[in-house]
Formats: sequence, structure tokens, C-alpha cells
Amino acid sequence: MSEFMIRRFFQSAIVILAMSAIVFFGVNVVGDPVDMLINPEADQADIEATIRALGLDRPIGEQYLFFLKGIWVGDFGKSFIFGQPALQLILQRMPATMELAFAALFLSIVIGIPLGLFAGLRPESRASKGIMAGSIMGFSLPTFWVGLMMIIIFAVELGWLPSTGRGDTATFLGITSSLFTLDGLSHICLPAFNLALLKISLVIRLTRAGTREAVHQDYIKFARAKGLSDRRIIGVHLLKNILIPVVTVIGLEFGSLIAFSVVTETIFAWPGMGKLLIESILVLDRPVIVAYLMIIVALFVFINLAVDIVYSLLDPRVRLRDQGA
Amino acid sequence: MSSEATPNIAGTDGDPQIAAELAETGLIVETPFKRFVSEFLESRVAMGALLTLAAIVIAAILAPLITPQNPYDLGQVDIMDGRLPPGSEAFAEYTMWLGSDGAGRDLYSAILYGLRISLAVGVTSGIIAIAIGMSVGLLAAYVGGRVEAFIMRIVDLQLSFPAALVALMLVALLGKGIDKIILALVVAQWAYYARTVRGSALVERSKEYVEAAASLGLSHARIMFRHILPNCLAPLIVVGTIQTAHAIALEATLSFLGVGLPQTEPSLGVLIANGFEYMLSGKYWISVFPGIALLITIVSINLVGDQLRDVLNPRLKR
Amino acid sequence: MTAVDDTMEMVEGQRSGEDAPTLVVENLKTHFFTRVGAVKAVDDVSFTVRAGEILGLAGESGSGKSITGFSILGLIDPPGRVVSGAIRFKGEDLVTASPERLRGLRGNRIAMIFQDPMMTLNPVLRVDTQMIEAIQAHRKMDRKAARQRAYDALEMVGIPSPGERLNAYPHQLSGGMRQRVAIAIAFLNEPDLIIADEPTTALDVTIQAQILHEAQALCKRTGTAMIWITHDLAVVAGLADRIAVMYAGRIVETGETDDVIDKPLHPYSVGLLGSVPSANKRGERLNQIPGMTPSLIGLPPGCAFKARCPRASELCNTTPDVSELIPGRKIRCHHPHLEEAAQ
Repeated sequence: MSEFMIRRFFQSAIVILAMSAIVFFGVNVVGDPVDMLINPEADQADIEATIRALGLDRPIGEQYLFFLKGIWVGDFGKSFIFGQPALQLILQRMPATMELAFAALFLSIVIGIPLGLFAGLRPESRASKGIMAGSIMGFSLPTFWVGLMMIIIFAVELGWLPSTGRGDTATFLGITSSLFTLDGLSHICLPAFNLALLKISLVIRLTRAGTREAVHQDYIKFARAKGLSDRRIIGVHLLKNILIPVVTVIGLEFGSLIAFSVVTETIFAWPGMGKLLIESILVLDRPVIVAYLMIIVALFVFINLAVDIVYSLLDPRVRLRDQGA
Repeated sequence: MSSEATPNIAGTDGDPQIAAELAETGLIVETPFKRFVSEFLESRVAMGALLTLAAIVIAAILAPLITPQNPYDLGQVDIMDGRLPPGSEAFAEYTMWLGSDGAGRDLYSAILYGLRISLAVGVTSGIIAIAIGMSVGLLAAYVGGRVEAFIMRIVDLQLSFPAALVALMLVALLGKGIDKIILALVVAQWAYYARTVRGSALVERSKEYVEAAASLGLSHARIMFRHILPNCLAPLIVVGTIQTAHAIALEATLSFLGVGLPQTEPSLGVLIANGFEYMLSGKYWISVFPGIALLITIVSINLVGDQLRDVLNPRLKR
Repeated sequence: MTAVDDTMEMVEGQRSGEDAPTLVVENLKTHFFTRVGAVKAVDDVSFTVRAGEILGLAGESGSGKSITGFSILGLIDPPGRVVSGAIRFKGEDLVTASPERLRGLRGNRIAMIFQDPMMTLNPVLRVDTQMIEAIQAHRKMDRKAARQRAYDALEMVGIPSPGERLNAYPHQLSGGMRQRVAIAIAFLNEPDLIIADEPTTALDVTIQAQILHEAQALCKRTGTAMIWITHDLAVVAGLADRIAVMYAGRIVETGETDDVIDKPLHPYSVGLLGSVPSANKRGERLNQIPGMTPSLIGLPPGCAFKARCPRASELCNTTPDVSELIPGRKIRCHHPHLEEAAQ
């Protein structure tokens, strides 16, 4: 187990290092680093000073080491627009994004698994066909478009739910979140559902496919032959088998929820780090872009690592294989 | 809809027990291509989607011939026609059935021209990505060993990030422009193709005909491209169809966010973004109609792809 | 069919006195309604099993023997369904029983052992979980007592160090070990009837023999009736008390094991036995039954075996009734091998 973990940690570190190189060379080789890293409104003397401060007059290898050192201490430079350290800026916006992503993850599980289970158990019923048609739509429709429609329908026409901002927040157990106030909850409804839509469709499909495969497995028939109740067969025998791939995918998809929140946050004016990224791209606030990219990469690597570990805990077969290795 | 054409026994649901008991039902099997066509057309939805898609592609190609206006020829656009609701009469005396946008462009024309750009970007990036992914995947499967391990490590690494994020990272680094978007889409997609091709090529490579071809002294390139590749095409077509729909949606998303195509290359995503500001004031059509065009395109490609997968996937056959 | 019913009673009367048979299947029809037509997987099947008796249900794959087993348990899923007939388990008709009643009987009074031990145990649940739940589904028993019972059951089927096995996951056990666990589960609630669906087919020959022996001994010891489904007559020859041979959804011949093996009456049984390698025919060519198992869809009227039968005649275009030409032996054929049997 521990050897497996160490190997995975090591892999993760290499990935982050590789991505840092890609981001660094993307900024410094593909683009003009002076353009990329220096506020275009600065005067000549300022530019000279910054070039020296950033080490842009040094050889490229040395610059990369300098960049790595910056990452190590969390220094990505200061935002041109806000004048704050880029990292700090992103970390300030991170809770809002996390909250949105968790809400969407929650929705995709509590909606997706029951619907997928139903569609898998009764594949010929009308309701199942409706569910599957819905999930195909959920897959096909671009998130931003569904978001626009949701704003038009629920915010503009019906006026049921607010469509911009995060609403009131409250602090509970040291976490400040809009999930703890009614106003905040009403604000998170539309964006969370918008962000969850794709994942709901995915979870429905995975659960349905897993269920359809599992119900014909001998072990399910054997469980029935043992005279177990439907509740136990579905709730334990079936669900435990299909949950492993579903949980793995959901876990892996958490990162993609954070990535896709870029779209949702922009549409619903949700003050998270995704909206910050788009704003930064539009105004060419490069230190923030670089910091965002490195953080999202680190996040992804961390999530993949966590999912691997959870997976190995859930599935006794994987666990043993690694013990044997 | 001849029922004998289907090799799978309806309703057995792949139950191995029943399938075994029903195994020798002696159903007639037609030639593979005929069966493919008849199975594909068995779903009325898929047939409708295929016809819709054909209509969309033809409309996009013929756009200059079937639209009343070239929306990007400034001489033909009149700012006085701005934000007219659907069915209004334009200054140049034609009916704007879908209304006009903020700059006075006929939306019907703008949508067909936008469709051209969206499709062109999606298909171009798809073709390049297929070419790269296919070669890399074939190479990995054929050469094996360290080369394969190295290539697949990179593929797996990239696939652990969602395509949307990869594309977004690239445009964040590279900036706007049609070439950069295509590059971003290619980078975001090639790994899917590489994985697909490698997977089926590995299966093919172990078959006897490859050994036979090698023992005849055929060149590696010939074996790879003339013998192995044609047998990997089925999954490639399926993945390619669905990936193209993704690419079009992704480009629209990036363009909507303002980090994709510039205003001078107005794809459907750009049109939708332009209409966004008018949406809340009730001028819905500027965003909604391009959006519907985008939806129909993506959904019909996906439906065609789904059906292709169901028909071509041997695993689903019983 | 009155002739059948009469003889059935007669045979029962001879053998087990006042005991009612554990299971009586009468004219059972289980069909699958597929898009290409109704598949008559089980078509007018009747047989009886008494307490402590082992009935071998033999036939090629596709003959409907497994579907017969699943019909008894009420485990036929759409598009299949029991169309008509009766399944009387200790006098109670299972065809008309409620799903809840059937569930109460399954695994409790009637247990089943499946063909592939690699597939029957749930891979993500520990052996003890899967055994304890089988007990607790049918009786109020605390976990500790249930676990002890599971321990005893594993010991009974000859599993060494049962305590360790209980804590194992199925993939940590060998195929033979897993099948023993499945057999232990079947015996957990001391059922009156066990349906074993080719439980040894997937196993090594040596393990096969052990398991056959153990199953037989357990049945005799506990008085459990058993239906042993198999495609291999050699397997049931040494195990079953009586044999029923199935072909294309119908039972074509039933009788005492020795009688059927030594003097098969139905041309199909003759052919089936001819294709079994055995010691006394060493060096001889194995006989094969010409042709293939027929499609169960749109089966022409008459005897299903006529197309492959060396004895077929015009008469075979009408479906033969079940007749009892020799006491204790029922057969569904117009041209049985009576000459050989008389010798």
C-alpha cells in the first residue's frame, strides 16, 4: 500500500513539474515574456527594472529555475489590475468556486444515481426512455447555452431565482459559505444546477450502464436465488458493484467541475476563480493567468491521486493487487 | 425494418443464461455493409438526425447562395436595421425572418455564415487531430516497448485533464485567433484518437493476418497503414463523430466567453455572445436563434455518433 | 395426459409410501416473447422429485434445462414467463404464488447452485456477509449466531480453516473453493430442494469428482431433494437416482438412472449416450448425433428431434404423447428402442 502511494506521489510531482515547464515555456518562448509578464502600461524605466527583477535578462534555463523558485514560495507576481499578489487573489476567490463545485457534485450524485438506477432496472419503461433522452440532451447542450436559457426562464420570465452573484454568506464551523443562508442557497441554485447538468447526465449513463450489466450477472441472480429482498439486492449487491466505477469517475470529474465553473461563473457572475481567469485573459493580466493554470494543474493532480487512493480502498481487488506488487 | 437482419435477440438483454439457451436460433445474417446500413437506419431518430445534419452541412456550404445578405460585407449591412424582431422588413426590402442583430445584420444570413465557421473549425481541428492521434496511436501499438510506454504515459496524462480545460489553458497562453483556436482544439483532442487507435490496433496486431503480412516481407509502413489501420476505422469513426460535436461545442463555449474566435470570424458562439447583452431586455432572438442552430448541429452529430457506436461496437452485439 | 398422472401416482406409491413428493412439475411451459417470435424454451415439461432423491436433468445447451430450474425458483425475467402448467412444491403451487411468498421460499426451502463459481459470489462482498445475509433473509438470528452457522456450513462442505475463509473476498478463493462456498450457502437454511445448474462444469475433473461426492452425501444425509442439471450424462450416471433427458424444451425420456444409461429408449438418449466416451467402448468411434440443435423459434409441429433422428417417419410430424411402455419409464417417442430394452 505504502509503496503504491509513494509511487503515485512521485508521479504526481513529475506531472506538476512537467506542467510548470509547459506553462513557463508557453509564456516565455511562445509569447514574448516582456509582454506577458510586465504591465503594458508601465514606463521604460519600470520595464527595465522589472526585467532585471524577474531575471528576464538571464539565460532561459536559469529563468525557469527562478520561476520554479517562485512557485515553490507561492510567488507568481503581482496582478497588473489589482496590484495584489496573483496567488492571494486566486485563493480569495477559491472558496466560492469550491462551494459551487461541491454543490454541483452533490446534485449530480443525488439526481444522477437514482435516475440511472431506475433507467437501468426498467430499461423498457417510458420514464427510463425519458431519462435517457434527457441525459443525451444534457451531454449535447453546451453548458453556456443551458445557462442562458435558465436565466431567461427562471430569472427573467418567472422571476423565481436570482441569476447573478453569490448572495449572503454565513460562517459555520469556520467555513464561510453561501450554503448556510437562505439567500445564498437561492443564489447557488441556478449556477450549481447548470454546472451539474453535464455530470448528472454522465452519472445517469454510468449508473445505468453499470446496472444493466450487473443485473444480468450471476451474482445478482444468485442473490435473488438466496431469497434476499429487492432492497438488499439493489442497495448492497448491485449498488456496491456499480458504485466503484461511478465514484471513481465522479471523483475525477470534480476537477472538471472546477474547470467548467469558468463558464458557469462567467454566465452567473459568480465571484469565483473561474470568472477571475476569464477577466484576466480579457485584460491580459498574465500573472493571474499563470497562477490560475498552475493551481488548477496542482488541483487536478491532487484529485487524481486522491481518487486512486479512495479507489484502492473501495475495491478489494485493487487493494490486493497492490499489496502483492 | 426486416427483423431477420438483427443478429441480437431482442429483449434477452444480454442475459448470458438466456442467450446461451437461445444461441442457436439460426437467424439469417446479411453482408456486413448491408447489415450496417439497415441497422443504422433501424432507428428513426438516427435517420432523422442524419438527414438534419446533411441539410445543415449543405446549407452552410451554400450559404452565399441561399442568404439575402453577406452579413460581413459592410456595403450590404445597414445599421438602421439593428435589432429588428423576427419577420421585419429590412431596408433593402427582404424579410428578416429571424430578425437582425445589434449591427443590423440579418440573423438568418449571419447564422448560416456562422455555421460555416463553426463547422470549418470543428472539422479542420478534427481532421488534424485524427491525423496526429492516429499516427501516434498506430506507432505506439506497432512499435511497442518503451516508445509505446512513453507515448501512452503522455496520452494518459493529458486525458486526465478535461479537453475543455486543456483548450482553455492553451487559449489563455496563446491568445485569440482562428489558428490558435484550431491549435487548441487539436491539442485538446489528439489524445482521444491516439488512445482509440492504439487500443484497436493492439487487438489487430496480434491477429494472424498481420504475421502473414510481415512474413511476406511487406514494409512496416505498409502493414501499419494498409493492413492494420483499415481494421481500426470503426472505433475511429465513432470517436471522430462524437469528438467533432465536442469540438464545435467547445469552440462555441470559448468564443462565447470571449477567449475564442474574434469578432472578425463570427462563429455561432460569437453570435450568441453578441446577443447576450440584449437578452435581458427581451430581445431574445439575437442569442436564441444562433443558439438553436448550434444545438441542432451538435445534437444531430451526437445522435448520428451514438447510433454509429451502437451499430459498430462489437461488444454490444450478442 | 391422464395416463401420465396415473402412472406418476403409481410410481410414487411404490417408492416412498405415504410421503408426498417434494416437487411435482406438471405440463410446465416457459416461453420467451422476443421480437423474432416466441421461444418455447420449456414446452410441456412434467417430472417429480422426492425427498432425498437426486434427479439428473440432462440435455444439450439450449434444451431448456436451466430455464426449467429458473422457472421453479420464479426467476424468469421478461420477456420470458411461465405460460401454463403447475409447479407444486410440497403441495403449494409456485406458479400462482405471490412474489413475496416466492422470495420467502428461495434460498430457504428451495436453493440453487449456479454453473460458474467465479461469477456467482459477489466480488465486492466478503464471504461471511454473503452467507449471513442468506440466513438473516429468512430467519431472525443475530449476526453472531448466523456467523457460527455459516462457519459450520463451510466446515460441512469440507473447507479447511473456515474462519479465515469467512473473512476472505471471493477472488481470494480458488474456483473449487468458491463452488464449495456456494454449496454451503445452498445448504445454509436446510432446504427441501436444491437445484444445481451444472455446478461442476467449470471445475477441474478431480475437484468435480469431490464435489459430486460431497453433494450426493449431503443430500442423502439431510434428506434434501436435488435436481442436478447437466449436459454430461457421464456426470449424472454415478450421481442421480433418476434421469430426465431434455431436448428442445421437452423431456423426451425419464427413468431410473441405470435403466436409462443401460437401455435408453428414446433415439435422442441413444445418440447422446453414443457420444459419451466410456471404458467399454474404448477404441470404438464415438457416435455423433447428426445435425444441430433446432431453433426454438418457429419449431415445426411434431417431434422436435425428427430432423436428426434415424428412425423418423411420417408419424413423427405429430407430436408424440408421453407414454409409459415399460413400468417406471416414461418416453415421448413414436419409435422407441424397445427391442434393445427387451434384451
